[in-house]
Amino acid sequence: MQEFEYVAPNNLEDAIKLMAEKGPKAKILAGGTDVLVQMRGGRFQIDRLVNVNNIPELNQFSCSEADGLTLGAAVPCCEIYEDQTIQKLYPGLVDSASLIGGIQIQGRATVGGNLCNAAPSGDNIPSLIVQEAVAIVAGPNGRRNIPVEEFCSGPGRNVLQDGEILVAIHIPAPKANYGAHFLRFIPRNEMDIAVANSAASVLLDDSKQHIVSGRIAIGSVGPTVIFAKDASALLAGKEANEATIEEVAEATKKAASPINDMRGTIDQRIHLVGVLTKRALRTAISRAREG
Amino acid sequence: MADKIHVNTTINDTEVDFLCESRQSLLEVLRDVLGMTGTKEGCNDGNCGACTVYFDGRIVDSCCVLGVEAQGSTILTIEGVASPDGLHPLQQAFLEEAALQCGICTPGFIVAAKSLLEREPDADEARIRHWLAGNLCRCTGYDKIIRAVLKAGEVMNQGGDARKATTAAGAGATDQRDVYND
Repeated sequence: MQEFEYVAPNNLEDAIKLMAEKGPKAKILAGGTDVLVQMRGGRFQIDRLVNVNNIPELNQFSCSEADGLTLGAAVPCCEIYEDQTIQKLYPGLVDSASLIGGIQIQGRATVGGNLCNAAPSGDNIPSLIVQEAVAIVAGPNGRRNIPVEEFCSGPGRNVLQDGEILVAIHIPAPKANYGAHFLRFIPRNEMDIAVANSAASVLLDDSKQHIVSGRIAIGSVGPTVIFAKDASALLAGKEANEATIEEVAEATKKAASPINDMRGTIDQRIHLVGVLTKRALRTAISRAREG
Repeated sequence: MADKIHVNTTINDTEVDFLCESRQSLLEVLRDVLGMTGTKEGCNDGNCGACTVYFDGRIVDSCCVLGVEAQGSTILTIEGVASPDGLHPLQQAFLEEAALQCGICTPGFIVAAKSLLEREPDADEARIRHWLAGNLCRCTGYDKIIRAVLKAGEVMNQGGDARKATTAAGAGATDQRDVYND
């Protein structure tokens, strides 16, 4: 691996300064499961690696029915899916956080890093988008909030400016009659990168028969994870039944623009997105009815 | 050569000081700086689990941790699994079930399986297969490994002596036990 300066600041202000000084020649180390592998592979050359694991704000989370989830960017996946409050309030996030990598990876890999890495296949990203998550970013010019669906700008690229750090991700408090679900297709049972993935969320009315609003996001079928806006808009006001699920899944397929590669073909991925979206919607609806 | 950084850590219950470059992984430090070659390098990119160690109580791929991150942490490697009294039940069960061929993946499997059985000594086959999905073996086809972990779990529930195991998982292991241990 290339040589670099290693720093481990214990507060956010120092970390921002250390990042800003080096601009694009600095990278964040949180779980390391992407950045260290990429550095070893020579994907980029940097001068400085800033370990954020000693910064309290990035390494804690709070979760409650009243305030929702505020998840420090460096909290590893295992701490998310092991937390009983998150399991109860955000099963849609647990779906994705619990299937990234194996146990060894989940002990280190972070949801924040998964988002910043901006892979088209990043499994947590569709979950975050359908649950209306917001990225809380701090930099030399202060703080700003970015909706997760606007965070990734291309494969491996995000909208963070020099010196900016993802501090936390906030998911709004769960509403009554609300449900979300994420799932992916891989040819193995575990430990693979999605050929396609899909997340759905729905808010039902008090009769639990009609959809008030909903969101669908799909991954591995474009340069970034895609928020399927047109398909999502179709959900509003519809009956929560198979006809609606079919119609919305077909519309979701139109939002996909996949490539052929070693993991799958264009046709296969578009087909998969339709199947996965149907299944995600069915489970999201049943969770909304139970919740 | 780049400046070296002084790191103070605890490995296998022993306080350890070492010097390493920032770019060296924990795996490289264990093997090349400290001479602890029980932890193996497989893929070196977080896919195969051969380099699995405990890092502050959780298992990680040590190829995806920097050596400098070990400052102040607590690490357990395969060298710390056996006790002065003998092999860990997992190690014994791997021998008895012939759960290894070339052996490169074995330390990673044993460390990973240990972390499961300490949390869930009654883990069933499906749970074991899920937990060990991050450990790859190119020789055994996994069945022998799974049988060994099931057997070790039973042994640990019975109080720790692998020779007392009488499960279906352990059936047929008698000959190997004799070969390896007597």
